[in-house]
Amino acid sequence: MSMLHIEDIQVYYGAINAVKGISFDVEQGEIIALIGANGAGKTTILHTITGLVQAKSGKIVFNDTDITKTPAHKIVTMGMAHVPEGRRIFQGLTVYENLMLGAYTRKDKAEIKESLDNVFKRFPRLEERRTQVAGTLSGGEQQMLAMGRALMSHPSIILMDEPSMGLSPLYVNEIFDIIKSVNESGTTVLLVEQNAKKALSIANRAYVLETGKIVLSGDAKELMNDDSVKKAYLGE
Amino acid sequence: MMSFITYLVNGISLGSIYALIALGYTMVYGIAKMLNFAHGDIIMVGGFTIFTAMSTAWCPVWLSVIIGIIVCTVLGVLVEKVAYKPLRNAPPLAVLITAIGVSYLLQNVALLIFGSAAQSFTSIVKNVAPVTIGGVTVSMETVISIIVSVVIMICLTFFINKTKAGKAMLAVAEDKGAAELMGINVNSTISLTFAIGSALAAVASALLCSSYPQISPYTGSMPGIKAFVAAVFGGIGSIPGAMIGGILLGIIENLSKAYISSQLSDAIVFLVLIVVLIVKPTGIMGKKINEKV
Repeated sequence: MSMLHIEDIQVYYGAINAVKGISFDVEQGEIIALIGANGAGKTTILHTITGLVQAKSGKIVFNDTDITKTPAHKIVTMGMAHVPEGRRIFQGLTVYENLMLGAYTRKDKAEIKESLDNVFKRFPRLEERRTQVAGTLSGGEQQMLAMGRALMSHPSIILMDEPSMGLSPLYVNEIFDIIKSVNESGTTVLLVEQNAKKALSIANRAYVLETGKIVLSGDAKELMNDDSVKKAYLGE
Repeated sequence: MMSFITYLVNGISLGSIYALIALGYTMVYGIAKMLNFAHGDIIMVGGFTIFTAMSTAWCPVWLSVIIGIIVCTVLGVLVEKVAYKPLRNAPPLAVLITAIGVSYLLQNVALLIFGSAAQSFTSIVKNVAPVTIGGVTVSMETVISIIVSVVIMICLTFFINKTKAGKAMLAVAEDKGAAELMGINVNSTISLTFAIGSALAAVASALLCSSYPQISPYTGSMPGIKAFVAAVFGGIGSIPGAMIGGILLGIIENLSKAYISSQLSDAIVFLVLIVVLIVKPTGIMGKKINEKV
């Protein structure tokens, strides 16, 4: 069985059917990209997986455990972290406090310290700014903080929602390099992106979404050469 | 000059009681984004509990106050669970009206049990002589109110900023969804906030009813509203704001009673609120967080 198995989920916001029966799998060690236009349901899918939104029907299985009805605050303890859209860091708290909240469910102080050291190694700029109030960081630094905060829970899978949104091209490249290296150090990545070109360049497999349905799926390299994908998402 | 200092000290004392109550308003607002207008009546329940424990059950003062704190804490958490939690995603107006409903419910239950006449409350520090420091004489109630409030405020500040549960409260106040993703149980954090706010209201009731030794079903409403003014004055949602706002309000009220008119003092308090809202709508410590995309 795959690490994360999503089976025919339906999600509604009131009467609006945002996700219309989506199924997909994420295998251990992969980078999976969900691409698609605004309103395709990408963010909703991530929110449903981590329990911020409840599916009306369908099933979500993570490491052989059914988590369809598990509340969001319990999911992180199972080894799943979520970097939400728009970073949603705690603006009024310091960089350090934000990171420690990422380790909120962990008890072992030595292990937390080790994760903190790893995060600072990966993001030296966060260490330089550890006492700074998070709201005063630049957009790219806030994205790094959001990622660092998620890594503090020592996840086996990390869900990232539009990590490149609103960043300068320089930062976009840096963020994607970091995602790649997070994956290489053993963390599975489920990536939601509007920047399809970048997402496909680092992903193993990808799913293309349109208005709440998967319309295309397959190997990321192959999708990059697919004519319909090229036309709709890569601007070629 | 001496009398000015006496008025000032009494104002600080009253103000620190307002601050304790205002903390309940501001913490609940910060976390649940609602104005808990039943908060004032929790003070009244606390007062009656302590009153009953002392006069009917003959409990010693310390035990009576502890019973009062326990009853208020349980009541505060219960009110949140029964009345507010089901409305978590309802429009703010529905929650506000519910809070007013809870307020009237508590008042009327108290009316049924204790009647409408004010009863005299025995001070928690009865038969203790006033204190004279450097020619200024103040009552023991005044001194106790200041000391207790300051100690509580220091402990609370420490709790919020240094403990894991306190940090979780700050996180929930800022972004419930993101807090949930950190593994923070938002519902129990909200319960904890109501518990702390109500416990503070119980302490405030012991101090308030000792300084103004009366208790009636309406005891909580005026201090409740004034503490709400203090919370807005200081910047609703801000913990240091509630402390500063409460103390300033107490000073303003007492000095205007002494030097302007005791009938007008309440009017002056509310005038201050109007002026603050016009000049600085976010209050003294209120901050606007700029969204960064």
